[in-house]
Amino acid sequence: MASLRGASSISFKAGEATLPRPFSIDRFLGPRGRRNLTAYLFLAPGFLVFATFMLYPLAKAIQISFYHWELMPDRTSRFVGLSNYAAVLHDPISWVALRNTVLYAIGTVPTQILLGLIVAILLDSIWRLRVFFRTLYYIPVITSWVVVSILFKYIFSSDAGLANYVLHDVLHILPGYVGWLQDVPTALFVIGLLGVWKGVGWSMLIFLAALQSIPKEMREAAAVDGAGPIRSYTSVILPIMWPVVLFVLVLLVIGSFNVFISVYLMTAGGPVHQTEVLLSYMYHQAFDYLDFGFGAALSNLLAVLIVGLSLLQIRFLRREVDY
Amino acid sequence: MLPRLTRHVRKGIVYLLLLAGAALTTLPLLFMIATAFKANVYIIETPPQFIPQHPTVQNFINAWSLNNFGLFFTNSLIVAVSTTILSVLLSAMMAYAFARFAFPGKTLFFYSLLLTLMIPSLMLVIPQFLLAKTLGLLDSRLGLVFVYIATSLALNTYLLRAFFEQLPRELEQAAEMDGAGHLVIFSRIVVPLSTPALATVAIFTFLFAWDEFPWAVTAINTDANKTLPMAIALFQSAHQTQWGLVFAASLIAIVPVIVVFVVFQRYFVRGLTTGAIKA
Repeated sequence: MASLRGASSISFKAGEATLPRPFSIDRFLGPRGRRNLTAYLFLAPGFLVFATFMLYPLAKAIQISFYHWELMPDRTSRFVGLSNYAAVLHDPISWVALRNTVLYAIGTVPTQILLGLIVAILLDSIWRLRVFFRTLYYIPVITSWVVVSILFKYIFSSDAGLANYVLHDVLHILPGYVGWLQDVPTALFVIGLLGVWKGVGWSMLIFLAALQSIPKEMREAAAVDGAGPIRSYTSVILPIMWPVVLFVLVLLVIGSFNVFISVYLMTAGGPVHQTEVLLSYMYHQAFDYLDFGFGAALSNLLAVLIVGLSLLQIRFLRREVDY
Repeated sequence: MLPRLTRHVRKGIVYLLLLAGAALTTLPLLFMIATAFKANVYIIETPPQFIPQHPTVQNFINAWSLNNFGLFFTNSLIVAVSTTILSVLLSAMMAYAFARFAFPGKTLFFYSLLLTLMIPSLMLVIPQFLLAKTLGLLDSRLGLVFVYIATSLALNTYLLRAFFEQLPRELEQAAEMDGAGHLVIFSRIVVPLSTPALATVAIFTFLFAWDEFPWAVTAINTDANKTLPMAIALFQSAHQTQWGLVFAASLIAIVPVIVVFVVFQRYFVRGLTTGAIKA
């Protein structure tokens, strides 16, 4: 960067020495100002769209949360202070939604990391068919949430869906057909199962890439020291992988708080809001009951929660990986 | 002899485990494909069959001709392609500014991008809805494109900046010595050198826009503007028990995505691991 700046100022001086310069923007801004202007021009179009459709709504969300927001243009919205936040915190369904979201995170995040790591280690140990298996494991990740939610709804339907058929008629594990999506615990289980099924490929891919970036010499050194394949993983390779595992952990936790489409399409938060997660409850409050203030307050609390959690994890990550 | 045998046994176990896992991950999708090829699965069949007895493509024909499905497909294509082109262009320009210039407010601009990466994009659906209403962008494909660009810009800029910073600067410096402006340097040197990275973000953006559901379902009302994910969700509630039809429609929507993935796999892997491995 320094050398670039040097180069531009030299050419500027050379130009001034030889040519009588006509009107130039450089006269006003100087070389440094000119560079800044160039940078802003490159930044402007994208940042304008970003500011309009992301930053402005972010600020607006804070404003809305302090109002009893009226949708009709002929009515004025009323400032209500913190009462939307109070309403969120006093609403038992908010806590049900929080509980379900946290359960989803606890249930899906470690499972995805563990399974992703196991599959990645297995794939790392083979050569033939590696890309083939990697593709198969990754396909659920790129398949639309809408499609897989509908698919799981079909597989776990209350009568003779595939799940009931296999578990009852074939394996005789279940005494009868289960209304998977009608009862809260089983519905939450299916939502979590979908999350794990769709997500494992993503952690697998990242872990596999990380494993393959470990230099061969390091593994050979472990083998020479007499470490078996399992020892060399636990004592040599996993410590190197630790930062990657924590990176995946942070992103998966953020992702788990984003859970929405599967709930919205499989249970719609029902029965009686008992399977709501934070985002689905926010959405229902805003677009079914048109309580925008409540929805915005709930969103903002969720955002604070996620940013806080992420910062906590990043701090933890920094300390664990002493650089 | 014995260690050789155990090595083979170990390999065999590894392949068996991988095969079992792959079966679990692909079975639901195979079941979906099988159902799409069955005639008239109005009710759920017992026992469920993985191989249809009389396979038929009737569901695909019906799905395509019913309810403007071709229109929804075209809408998705228009929205996803425009989002991809504009988002990649704008984020490449932003990434160039971040990677090659020091300017007042740089850190602030960059952190404001990062901030939105952390919060769920659905969190902004209420103010975005109100904004789109004010700007007359509700129930329009343009409204989808704007929000999709804005949503994808932060991640794209972040990935491209990381790539641009690794590019050797000698060429750019030489061009600057020769009096080339930054627009020329950007379009003639940086962009051509970054094709793999641009392909990566282009694929991510396309898939995101192709699959996006919550904003579409919030903003769009009329059939003329609906995209595929929306159409499939509505299709399912309208044709509750015609699962063959629903899954044929779903397959039409996801096959392009899977093809794009299989063809461009290496870009995917590279894009996903930027940041994870190098961080």
